[in-house]
Amino acid sequence: MRKDLLVASAALMLAAVPAVAQQKSIKIGFISTFSGPTAVIGNDMRNSFELALDHMGRKMGGLPVEVIYKDDQQKPDVGKQVTDELIESDRVDFVVGYIWSNVLLASLKPAADSKTFIISANAGPSQIAGELCSPYFFTTSWQGDQTPQAMGTYMNSKGVKSVFLIGPNYAAGKDMLAGMESTFTGKVVGRELTTWPAQLDFSAELAKAKAANPDAIFVFYPGNAGVQFLNQYAQAGLKDKIPLYTSFTIDELSLPLQKELALGVPGAQEWVNDLPVPANKRFVVDFQKKFSGHKPSFYGAQSYDAANLIASAVSATKGNLSDKAAVQKALEKADFQSVRGDFKFGNNHFPIQSFYLQEAVAEEGGGFALKTVATIVKDSQDSFHEKCPMD
Amino acid sequence: MPDGLDARRNAAMPCRRPPAVLLVGIAYFTTAAFSDRQVMTLFIEQCLNGVQFGLLLFLLAAGLTLVFGIMDLVNLAHGSLYMLGAYFAATFAAWTGSFVFAAVLALAATLVVGMTVEVIVMRRLYGRDHLDHVLGTFGLLLFFDEAVRLIWGPAGITLPLPPWLNTPVQILPGIQYSAYRLTLIGLTLATAAFLNVLVMHTRVGMLIRAGASNREMVGALGVNIKVLFTLVFGLGAALAGLAGLMQAPIFTAQIGMGENILIIAFVITVIGGIGSVRGAFMAAIIVGFVDTLGRAFFPDLLRLMLSKDAASTAAPALSSMLIYLLMAVVLVVRPDGLFPVRK
Repeated sequence: MRKDLLVASAALMLAAVPAVAQQKSIKIGFISTFSGPTAVIGNDMRNSFELALDHMGRKMGGLPVEVIYKDDQQKPDVGKQVTDELIESDRVDFVVGYIWSNVLLASLKPAADSKTFIISANAGPSQIAGELCSPYFFTTSWQGDQTPQAMGTYMNSKGVKSVFLIGPNYAAGKDMLAGMESTFTGKVVGRELTTWPAQLDFSAELAKAKAANPDAIFVFYPGNAGVQFLNQYAQAGLKDKIPLYTSFTIDELSLPLQKELALGVPGAQEWVNDLPVPANKRFVVDFQKKFSGHKPSFYGAQSYDAANLIASAVSATKGNLSDKAAVQKALEKADFQSVRGDFKFGNNHFPIQSFYLQEAVAEEGGGFALKTVATIVKDSQDSFHEKCPMD
Repeated sequence: MPDGLDARRNAAMPCRRPPAVLLVGIAYFTTAAFSDRQVMTLFIEQCLNGVQFGLLLFLLAAGLTLVFGIMDLVNLAHGSLYMLGAYFAATFAAWTGSFVFAAVLALAATLVVGMTVEVIVMRRLYGRDHLDHVLGTFGLLLFFDEAVRLIWGPAGITLPLPPWLNTPVQILPGIQYSAYRLTLIGLTLATAAFLNVLVMHTRVGMLIRAGASNREMVGALGVNIKVLFTLVFGLGAALAGLAGLMQAPIFTAQIGMGENILIIAFVITVIGGIGSVRGAFMAAIIVGFVDTLGRAFFPDLLRLMLSKDAASTAAPALSSMLIYLLMAVVLVVRPDGLFPVRK
């Protein structure tokens, strides 16, 4: 008994020996939603991140990679808590992930204050693109206003004169509707924000949209809410009456549930799985091979890029991650093959990139897929970068 | 616990006399709304939305309040049965290809699951205090969420509507309303009527009411109280399952779908008076109205006072608080709820 104790305490002491200064491995904390109805998104991001690691032989700059996955439960307070935990007790070199803008906004400060690099693989709130921008923050996604701005431009070209906007009441929802309003030249006849994420019944908002009788309805409902919105839009009899335009409402994860309801509903996106880029072909083909035929979503593509962005910085600094300025410089170069083609950062560490029009099509032999229809804008930069003091 | 005679009156549920305040309010709004045709159309539609949501909440709250009032059991896993109803219906619909058939099968399946849970788990909880109920049934809730994840996967499944339900119908000149939501209103009203007959006018209902008043005495008279409780719990489960399967085409079946709505169902049992099915019915309708009309018209009201941006941000937050404010007011004015079961 006493012997056991002795052995156990010896083992404990060994485990507690502080890590030597020389970097032995790369430690990455990955925060996303892995429980609840939106866990599908978190899983897709994790799968894509794992695939990226497979593609690089699970090593970055010759050093083995260790990833710790944490669930934010789609809640800002939980997201901040696990970010703190990863930084303070796991001492990770990078934190990555973040689907939700409100979770990211809560988690930015602990990361930036501790000089830990934080890389968003989805959320892109306007605040972080502008006044809250940080040398330690990078994103492989977009700024939230950009995608709906592209949609607004597209709607102008379709001759839409009036629109009714509906979206969820949180940071991203407000950015999306504001982005849409900033490029749309017609009249905005109504604007409804719904309680997020609890409200799933949109009957009151749809009835108001119907009464306002606009040329079009624009919505932003990510995850399962997008499925519920399309269901109710059809049941209210609006499908043949008022055309729907979207951003982040129809994707590879929601499409299998939305099915024919998604046909003919346009969306804007910075990445679609059929983009003719060599890195993208490899990503999409291998993803389907590894994950029983499932197609990756844009959430996954952004996570795949995030892994490659980190790897590029680790290689460039030869694994010396203690020189923060050098790591930042290396990340800013974005010296990696992005699945969306050319990739470069603006002064605020948000990508300058093209946006495409995507549409759902029925595939032969059943099933549905998303296809690129056209390029809406090229080299779009977010409209908040001037508020960011970095250069 | 109600005593025998009063229980008869109080476990009843028909709504012959809605409170006068409600009537005056509705009359006022209706007159205001009828002055403008478009506003009127919108108003009628929003009222239907409110009624539909309220009736749906009633199905959940009725089971919750029956189980609490008669068996003195706090059941946090009630929302899980709602979720199972949705998943069963979606699965059976995929197997059989018939929406109606799937709904009937799903109803039977939740009834069976409910009775099984009662026999295996709930029976061990009856004699213990409410904290044990909360812990035990919360464990069940986690168990069901994980079980659903294992069986059906994390993504959720859809229940497509047959075309004859998936279209709007004209209910009044110029007013179109979703055929499916209309069907829901009809079905839930029929269920409420059925519950009324069952509890008030049948032998089983009499035993339920008697069991609520004095469990031991009913047992001493030779009634198998265990079987009775299993039946009541199964009935509550079936009601929750019915609510879930009816919501599935609107919301899709999702893990954890029962948790948010269960909170509202608890609010309803508190507003209506714990243990009172009639109270649950009235409170559900009131809450459905307050929530839907709040969401629909509160933002416009706020816009008169605040800037456009501030109003559209604050309105959803404030309107989602309305039902809780209502509960707080009811708790202050009538701590036992609007239609309390007399002690």
